[in-house]
Amino acid sequence: MNEDIFSWNYFLFGLYPYIALTVFVVGSWVRFDREQYGWTSASSQILSTANMRLASNLFHIGVIGIFFGHLVGLLAPYALWGMIGLSSLGKQSIAMYGGGFLGVLAMIGGLMLLSRRLTNRRVRATSRGSDIFILIWVLVTLFFGLATTFTTFHHAAEGSADTMMSLAQWAKSIVLFDAKPELVAKVEPVFQIHLALGLTLFLLFPFTRLVHIWSFPIGYLTRSYQIVRTKRNLPAAR
Amino acid sequence: MKVRAQFAFVFNMDKCIGCHTCSVTCKNTWTNRKGVEYVWFNNVESKPGIGYPKNWEDQERWKGGWELRDGKLELKSGGRASKLLNIFANPDLPEIDDYYEPFTYNYARLQNAPLSEAAPTARPLSMITGDPMEKITWGPNWEDDLAGEFAKRSVDKNLENVQKDMLGQFENTFNLYLPRICNHCMNPACVAACPSGSLYKREEDGIVLVDQDKCRGWRFCQSACPYKKVFYNWESGKAEKCIACYPRVESGMPTICSESCVGRIRYNGIMLYDADRIEELASTANEQDLYEAHCKIFLDPNDPAVIAAARAEGINEDWIIAAQKSPIWKMAIEWKIAFPLHPEFRTLPMVWYVPPLSPVQSQIDQGSLPVGPDGAIPLASALRTPVKYLANLMTAGKEEPVRNAMNRMIAMRSYYRTLNVEGKADTRALETVGLTEDQVKEMYRYLALAAYEDRFVIPTSHQEERMDDAYGFQGQNGFTFGNDSSLGISKITLFPRRRKETPEPAELAPSADK
Repeated sequence: MNEDIFSWNYFLFGLYPYIALTVFVVGSWVRFDREQYGWTSASSQILSTANMRLASNLFHIGVIGIFFGHLVGLLAPYALWGMIGLSSLGKQSIAMYGGGFLGVLAMIGGLMLLSRRLTNRRVRATSRGSDIFILIWVLVTLFFGLATTFTTFHHAAEGSADTMMSLAQWAKSIVLFDAKPELVAKVEPVFQIHLALGLTLFLLFPFTRLVHIWSFPIGYLTRSYQIVRTKRNLPAAR
Repeated sequence: MKVRAQFAFVFNMDKCIGCHTCSVTCKNTWTNRKGVEYVWFNNVESKPGIGYPKNWEDQERWKGGWELRDGKLELKSGGRASKLLNIFANPDLPEIDDYYEPFTYNYARLQNAPLSEAAPTARPLSMITGDPMEKITWGPNWEDDLAGEFAKRSVDKNLENVQKDMLGQFENTFNLYLPRICNHCMNPACVAACPSGSLYKREEDGIVLVDQDKCRGWRFCQSACPYKKVFYNWESGKAEKCIACYPRVESGMPTICSESCVGRIRYNGIMLYDADRIEELASTANEQDLYEAHCKIFLDPNDPAVIAAARAEGINEDWIIAAQKSPIWKMAIEWKIAFPLHPEFRTLPMVWYVPPLSPVQSQIDQGSLPVGPDGAIPLASALRTPVKYLANLMTAGKEEPVRNAMNRMIAMRSYYRTLNVEGKADTRALETVGLTEDQVKEMYRYLALAAYEDRFVIPTSHQEERMDDAYGFQGQNGFTFGNDSSLGISKITLFPRRRKETPEPAELAPSADK
């Protein structure tokens, strides 16, 4: 490591990811441990159901798709792509079209939700500042994410997948605790802005309603319908 | 046989005067908070009417409760996978306007309005937005005492298969009060629909509660409850429901709604039941047989085999004695005069109702009224409230059990009439309905006199035996919202604060001093 450790690049893409991820994990843990009463999806559906099925589903399906797309696209080992016979250019176009499509879904849903949150009197009056703030933050991040697809179009047209490859390499370097911020220094600013905004989402996560993501009730699929609680350790209840 | 004890209720609709004291005491105790202004754990509806929330009985619309699919019990709103697929927007969720937009009035205006020609008025203010409301168009009890047009009220689901053309006319109208709380069901749909597993039934007394810490606000309980008695607190983002006043009940006191009932129509007691038969009996094919099936689930507290099984389950001796003296057992099983509300929802509700008698149909018919053997008191079929309507409420439309119950109540009156008016007891009416003199005297004691100790037979909870870790529980408040009971609470918190406590009018009235 010979680069300037006081540079913005080093801070944002070498240090900040660890700050954000630490706050994300420890903050979520502390909040779950101490403040479960505030741990909720904070749904406002009861105050206004109009268009909620469309808006909320578009937004959530889009965002979840994008999240897993990033997870797999950035962190899956290169060897895996080779094994299924996918070239880096092929992978780039999947990211571009798939991510672009899901991004548009999430953007449409998100804008519908934002306009509802800002203009519906009941929803507006019962919104916390953090509810509005975090939705705008997600949408701005999403906006820059969509903007990157246009840049990627140019790269694809030139037959290059270098930017995508170096971003994936950078992401792997972060999770392997061998941060290589210089990989990001070369990419276009739009990617850098998107990365910084996205990393900040992890930082904000424990302090907003986003914590409900942790609670997606997948265990419900295998649970028995009825739940009976006892105050004592009955042999049958063990 | 797996014996469990259930804290149960009977509401005697025959004596309800619709005064709403129950609703008000409940509201003041549990739901006079931000986020639950629209919530009434207890409410009293005037029937026929669409109720609170609007048309709650229409399960084609709300998809509450259970249904049989290929003979198997399934949530009407869909199984587990469909819940997770609909988690981002619940298609069956009522909106706040289905309850009503909670309101207060700008009372301050009356005191600080500037001098003017006209007297100042206190305008209604929304308790959600704080904005003035132009006009209040719906409330928690909008149809009180048959207010509003019959055309609107007649959408009432219970009027199905009832000749309703005539009922709109003043001479033919009828009215009854339906007090409602959470039914603390044996097969609760809210518990089953909760993806987080935050709703649960208590093993010791069957009270159904929401774990406030575990609730994540997925709000399927609200739509899955066919009685619409689980609510969403929009301030905390959590579900809340009637808690059967468990802090009171645990110490042997009746619920606040029951205690404060001026008509003495509410009975609290213990029922023993066989938890192994819940699924089998809730799956009874014909919905008109569900009332009888529900009766079969209860265990006779005087049966030595049941007592032995109850002891084996760790049910305390005083609970068994309470079950033997239970007013619920007497009314529901011994006298067969109490019925569950809408057994066709298949949740096995544990608030049962004594049907109301009503005035005879009309003056003109009086000459040819069908009367009982005493020649003075009319039969149930001559009463103004159609038996079919009551049957739709309480036995999925099966009239016979309801008519029998009403005839028993009429026979009791007939017997006491001969005793008090003619000076000697005439038991012919009793023989017709199959009651003994001893039974009817006891019925009279419970229904007419309704002494406190007969209405409320509530054993105290045995925390000292049931609580595995009494030391760990020491110092807790017992009932709380949020983290008040946990250690290490500080004034400063990193995490989002709760919203403002009181709604303020968007526009403050100017002060008179200016």
